[in-house]
Amino acid sequence: MQLEITTENLAYQKTVQKIAFGGLWLCGVLVLMMLAWVVGYVLIQGGQVIDLKFLTTKPAGGVSGEGGMSTTIVTTIYLVTLTISLATPLGVGAAIYLTEYAAEAQKENRLLAILLQISRAGVETLAGVPSIIFGLFGFALFVSFMKFKFSLLSAGLSGACLILPVIIRTSEEALLTVPRAYREGSLALGATKWQTIWQVVLPAAMPGVVTGIILSVGRIIAETAVFWVTLGGSYRLPKDVFSSGRTMSLHVYSLATETRAFDKAMGTAFVLIITIVILNLSITYLSRHLAARSMGKN
Amino acid sequence: MTQKTKPTKLSVKNFNLFYGNFQALQEVSIDIPTHRITAIIGPSGCGKSTFLRSFNRMNDLIPNVKTKGQILIDSHNLYDLDIVALRKRVGMVFQRPNPFPKSIFDNVAFGPRAHGVRDKLKLQEIVEHSLRGAALWEEVKDILDKSGLALSGGQQQRLCIARALAVEPEVILMDEPASALDPVATLRIEELMQTLKEHYTIVIVTHNMQQAARASDYTAFFNMAENRAGYLVEHGSTNQLFVNPKEKLTEDYITGRFG
Repeated sequence: MQLEITTENLAYQKTVQKIAFGGLWLCGVLVLMMLAWVVGYVLIQGGQVIDLKFLTTKPAGGVSGEGGMSTTIVTTIYLVTLTISLATPLGVGAAIYLTEYAAEAQKENRLLAILLQISRAGVETLAGVPSIIFGLFGFALFVSFMKFKFSLLSAGLSGACLILPVIIRTSEEALLTVPRAYREGSLALGATKWQTIWQVVLPAAMPGVVTGIILSVGRIIAETAVFWVTLGGSYRLPKDVFSSGRTMSLHVYSLATETRAFDKAMGTAFVLIITIVILNLSITYLSRHLAARSMGKN
Repeated sequence: MTQKTKPTKLSVKNFNLFYGNFQALQEVSIDIPTHRITAIIGPSGCGKSTFLRSFNRMNDLIPNVKTKGQILIDSHNLYDLDIVALRKRVGMVFQRPNPFPKSIFDNVAFGPRAHGVRDKLKLQEIVEHSLRGAALWEEVKDILDKSGLALSGGQQQRLCIARALAVEPEVILMDEPASALDPVATLRIEELMQTLKEHYTIVIVTHNMQQAARASDYTAFFNMAENRAGYLVEHGSTNQLFVNPKEKLTEDYITGRFG
């Protein structure tokens, strides 16, 4: 049978394609518009409040919500630094153990294999647990039981629990993509396993590990629930790790729910959004830069 | 072509290797002479690479590997030596060039640093000496801080040779070192092997029979037995093995009738 191409059918096909593409186009535009609306609304509303004075004065406290946001910026930086420096060694260390040591050991030890499967599943589950659960855990353990009170330390420890799954998973994936040939090359030179991991495998996995860390920084900056129940909400500058404090996200929440200064909440949200955007751009830049450097392109 | 008999560097005695229940090598016995190039040829899957990787115990990385029999280096059992010390003495060049994603300098200095050399001048000296040894110095002396991965495939392979030379091994194992390279780069590696054998004992696995005939002093021919285990069919001087093989099987293989 001869397959004929009829003009009617050709026109029909083209119409279907036009409708389908039109629908897809509409989806894309709608999504972008909603995004632009949210971000644009915050940026325009918040932008009106933002000036150097707002960024550099302390919040006044009280129901009026007067003052600026200076201490919340500093507290956010403190908390991010504390959380990351707690979670990074632990998370990367766990990832190295899982990929470099456990993978081998579990082939000979059944019990270890089962334990590892459970802990891997645990890590996966933790990544999907609502953050307020981490908050409750942190509140029960660090704030009450260990008597750290509402403090940077309690918040940092709880925050570390929150981001550990992210760091472990991204680091594990990064370590697994390091070619076997690097490991063999290093071992064949008489380097020990530790030297191989520390000097060859880990540097090669660095772009992925750094991406995981920056993602976690974003997570900490954006997090509200965990710190609401572990950091307290004092708008003063923390004196040490046992002081209470208020991050930018908490400040937005406090201003919006407890004061009349909705405009100031928007102003703080403006700074938050800009920070997150910068972080995400830096991920793209850093991972490209690191990858290019290891490939010898500059 | 007559060759003076050289003392034995590596002596293999009734060596068997198993991956779990699968026997990969069966009763291999061969002496590898010092400062000569010994080529290992044979069809795919005959255990050539496994055999080569036994000399620096690279197979230890795979779980469930068991061995029977002996391999002696200067009459010491390989398995009695510390694995780090052994791998310092027995270097390896892999099938695909595998420089680390580090600078050329750091690639070559990696081994010496791992073995505790900290002195900068000493490291510079080792790096230059090793790169000269691998016939790469003139090409890279001005770009030592560039990534090793920025080099061409042939240069990368010579960088890997320099990296192996930097720890001053006695034996260099080469696992089809030119199979990923173009003919010109292949020739350069083969020329390099001829200079290297003055100071090193070289064992090379190759798929390429012309390469074995051109570049080696001794050749060992492996084949796969009925049970798929690799065994040594015959070995001897390259000249003898290619011109006047003792076994019918060897003759069939080198004339291209199977494999």
